[in-house]
Amino acid sequence: MTTTTLSRRKFLKQGGIIVASFTLAGPAAIAQQARAPLPGGLNNNRMLDGWIRINANGRVTIHTGKCEIGQGILTALAQIAADELDVAYERIDMVSADTARTPNEGMTAGSLSVEGSGTALRFACAEVRGMLLAAAAQKLNVTVDKLTVSDGAISASPTRLTYWDLAKDLNLKREATATAKPKPASQHKVIGKSVPRRDFPAKVTGGAAFVQDMRLPGMVFGRVVRPPSYRAQLVSVDEAAAKALPGVVAVMRDGNFLAVAAAREEQAIKAAQALRASAKWNESPDLPPGGAALYEHLKKMPSRDSVIKTVTPVGASGGKVTSIEAEYTRPFQSHGSIGPSCAVAQFKDGKYTVWTHSQGVFPLRNDLAKALKTPIANITCTHVEGSGCYGHNGADDVTCDAALLARATGGNPVKLQWMREDEFGWEPFGSAMVIKMQAHLDESGQIVNWQHETWSHPHSTRPMSNPAGSFVLGGWHLASPVPPAVPNNSPQPSGAADRNAVPLYDFPRQNILLHYITDMPVRTSALRTLGAYANVFALESFIDETALAAGADPVEFRLRHMKNPRARAVIELAAQKSNWKPNTGIGKSGNGSSGRGFAFAQYKNLAAYCAVVADVTVDRNGNVKVTRAVSVVDAGLAVNPDGIINQIEGGIIQSASWTLKEQVKFDRQRITTRSWADYPIFTFNDVPDVEVHIINMPNERPLGVGEGSQGPTVAAIANAIANATGKRPRDLPFTADKIRTLMA
Amino acid sequence: MPEYTLRVNGASRTVRTDADTPLLYVLRNDLELNGPKFGCGIAQCGACTVHIDGRAARSCVTPVSALAGKNVTTLEGLGTLDKPHPLQQAFLEEQAAQCGYCTNGMIMSAKALLDVNPKPSSAQIKTALAGNLCRCGSHNRIVRAVQRASANKGA
Ligand code: FES
Ligand code: FES
Repeated sequence: MTTTTLSRRKFLKQGGIIVASFTLAGPAAIAQQARAPLPGGLNNNRMLDGWIRINANGRVTIHTGKCEIGQGILTALAQIAADELDVAYERIDMVSADTARTPNEGMTAGSLSVEGSGTALRFACAEVRGMLLAAAAQKLNVTVDKLTVSDGAISASPTRLTYWDLAKDLNLKREATATAKPKPASQHKVIGKSVPRRDFPAKVTGGAAFVQDMRLPGMVFGRVVRPPSYRAQLVSVDEAAAKALPGVVAVMRDGNFLAVAAAREEQAIKAAQALRASAKWNESPDLPPGGAALYEHLKKMPSRDSVIKTVTPVGASGGKVTSIEAEYTRPFQSHGSIGPSCAVAQFKDGKYTVWTHSQGVFPLRNDLAKALKTPIANITCTHVEGSGCYGHNGADDVTCDAALLARATGGNPVKLQWMREDEFGWEPFGSAMVIKMQAHLDESGQIVNWQHETWSHPHSTRPMSNPAGSFVLGGWHLASPVPPAVPNNSPQPSGAADRNAVPLYDFPRQNILLHYITDMPVRTSALRTLGAYANVFALESFIDETALAAGADPVEFRLRHMKNPRARAVIELAAQKSNWKPNTGIGKSGNGSSGRGFAFAQYKNLAAYCAVVADVTVDRNGNVKVTRAVSVVDAGLAVNPDGIINQIEGGIIQSASWTLKEQVKFDRQRITTRSWADYPIFTFNDVPDVEVHIINMPNERPLGVGEGSQGPTVAAIANAIANATGKRPRDLPFTADKIRTLMA
Repeated sequence: MPEYTLRVNGASRTVRTDADTPLLYVLRNDLELNGPKFGCGIAQCGACTVHIDGRAARSCVTPVSALAGKNVTTLEGLGTLDKPHPLQQAFLEEQAAQCGYCTNGMIMSAKALLDVNPKPSSAQIKTALAGNLCRCGSHNRIVRAVQRASANKGA
C-alpha cells in the first residue's frame, strides 16, 4: 500500500486502480544471462525504475517489495532513500509489496528487510543521484564536481536546477550497476535519527490504516466455517437454512470448505453460526498426546535426521572431563495477533484482485493460483497492513478464503475476517520442540565437547515453501483438494528448525544434530525467530549449567569461550549496564525469591547481536514475575534508533509472555485453545521494566533486529529462575504449577 | 429491520439493523468509523473500546438497542490529525505502538481513566489497562504516553 494514503477516499482510489507502469524484472529477465551480482534486493530486481521514481511535482516515489508489519520498515527505508538521494524525508512516498507495482522481494521475514531492501535502496538511490547530477552538469555545462545538491536542488553558482526539472528526461528504465558508492555515515542526515513512524498518525486518530478498514463500493461481508478439527470430513450441512437467513448473499460449499457472504457483517456471522450448527463432521482422534507425553511422542516420530555441523567430531578429548547433559522442551505456541486475519477479494471478468496482509504477496499469488486453479496472471495481490503477525499467521489463508468466496458474490468485493476461534484453531503454530544438550568440561574449566540435538516440526510452511504443493488452507479443503507438499528445512547458516543451534562460542569440538519431523498432526509454521527461541533457550541455559559445573561466573564463562569482538562488546556492556555482580551460579546470589540471569545470542548468527539481563521474583506458589530486563544490541548501522529500541523491547515482552504463560492446548481430536481465556498472554501487570542500549556501528551494514531479543530473553529468565530458586527450569512455559513442583 | 437513532461523536445518526447487532459493526460498517477494532468479539481484548456516556465500554458486546438516548464517543471523536487530543498527541510523541491494532482500545481506556483520575500513578495506569491486550509489547510506551498526556493536561 501507499503510506501517504490517509483519507478513506484516497485509500479507495489507490486500492482500486492498479498502475503497472514500472519495469518488473521477472524470473525470465533474470534468467537471460548470468550477470554480476548486485547488492541486497537489487540482485533479483535489477531495474532502477522498479525502485525509484523522481516526479516532476517535487515528490519521490520509492517502491519496495517489503511490507509494513508493525516493525517500522517503511519509515526506515524512506530515511535511507532521503539521505542517499539528498532530498528531504518529507518528499518520499512509499509503495510497498504489490504484485502489480513493486519489486518481488519474496517474504518480509527473517529480520532481513533493512539488509535486503535497504541495501538495494542505498545503492540504487546513490546511482540515481549520480545520474541526476550528470544530467545537470551537462545542461549547465560544468563538471559534476562543481555541483552541490540539497533537497533535490542542484546548484552551480549562479545557476540552479532541480531534480524535478530533470525528471522528465531522466530514464530509469535501465539496470542498476551499483557503481555509485552509498554515503559514508559522516554524511548521513536522516539515517541514524529516530524519525517518527509514518503510519502512526492515522492509527491514533482512526484513519484507514488496516485491511480491516477497507470499504469498497458494493462490498459484502464473508465468514468461513472451518471444520472442528484438522482432518474432519463434512458429512452433511443445511445450506438452504443458512441461505434463507436475512441478508445472505451466498452460501458456498466445496468439499470441506464452507463459507457465507451477507450484506451486513453481523448477518454473515449469524449465517456462519447457523451453518456450523447444522454441519455434521466425521472426526478421528489423530492428535498427539499433551503434556510431558508430547515430547516423548515427538522424539519417536519419523524424522529426517541430519548433521548440521561438525567441528572435529565429538569424542574422547583426552584428560579428565566432567560430562553434563540436559533436555529442554517447548510447547506449540500461537502468534496470537490481536486482530484476527482479514482480506478483501474481488472476482470480476475472470480476474482476482486481493488485498492482503500476507508477508509475501508474490509467493502468496503463486499458491493462490494453484488453489484457485487459475493462471498467476489472473491474480493481483496488494499488501495492506493488518494487525501485527509475528510470522506466518492466518494472513495467507484468509486471503484464499476471501478469493474463493468472491466467486459467489456476483462480482462484488467481499471482506472476510476470521473470528477469534478461527485464528486460534487454524493458524499454524510455532512448533513444539525438544532439545538435548551434552557437554564435556575439562579440568581447566573449558568446554571441550559440545553437542546440540533438536527435534522439531517444520518452521516454514508458508506459500512457496515447496513449489510442488500449495500452502493456503482453503485449497486443502476443496472437493478436489490442492494439498501442500513436504516443506524443506532452510539450510544453514540461517537454518529454520536448527536456527541458532550452532553456537557462536568457540568450542573446539561440536556436533549439531537435527531431527526434522515433516509429519504435522498439529499445523506448524514460522513463528517469530522460528527454532531460535527454543534453541537459544537450550544453548544459553546449558551454558549457565556448564558454568555452574565449572564454578564460574556465567558472564565470565561466556567471555572465556567467545572470540567474536562484537559479541564480546555486547556481553560486556550488558554486564556493565545491568551492574552485573559476578556470581558462581545457581541459587548462589539469589535468596530463594529473587534472582538474575544473563543470556546472549546473535540472531541466526548473522543478524543483530543481543544480550539480555533479566531480574525475576518467584513466590512460594511458584509464580514468577520478570521485574526488569536490561538489553544491549549491536545492529550495525542504526538507521532508526527508536525503531530498534521498540523492536528489541517488544521482542523482550513478547518472549517473556511465551516463556511464562503460553502453550496451545489440544485433546486427541481438536485444538481446544479457542479464545484468550484458553491462551493467556502478558497483560500490563505482567510486563517488566525494559531498558535497551544500542551499540551503534555506523560503518557496518545495518542488521535485522525484529527477532534479536526473543532467544536471549527466554534463557535470561530461565537462568534468573535458577539463580533465585536453586532449581533449573527446562520445560516451557514456566507456569506457577511447574515452578512450584520444581521447588518442592 | 428496526431503526435506531444514536448520538455518535456529537452527531445524531440513524441506522436500520437488528436489535442485537453489536455496536461495533454499526460503528465500523454503517458509520464508517475505523477507530474501534474487532479483536475477539467476546469482551476479552479491548480492541473495540468506545465510550458510552463517558464510560469505557466494549462495543463488540453492546447491542445497538441498548443505546437509545446515550452518547457514544469513538477514537475519531477525541481529536483529528490536525487537532489531536492530548492522549493522541502523547501516543505519537512516545511512539507508543508497533502495529497499532490495539491503539484504539488503549487510548479510549486511558481516556476513561484520566477522566476520573487525572494524575494516575504508573501502577494505576497498568491496572486500568490490564484488560486491554497488546501483542507487540508496546506496554511500557503506552504507560509513558498516558503519563505524558496526564502531565500535559495539568500544565
Ligand atoms: S473485540 Fe471487543 S473486547 Fe475484543
Ligand atoms: S501495538 Fe500491536 S497489538 Fe499493540
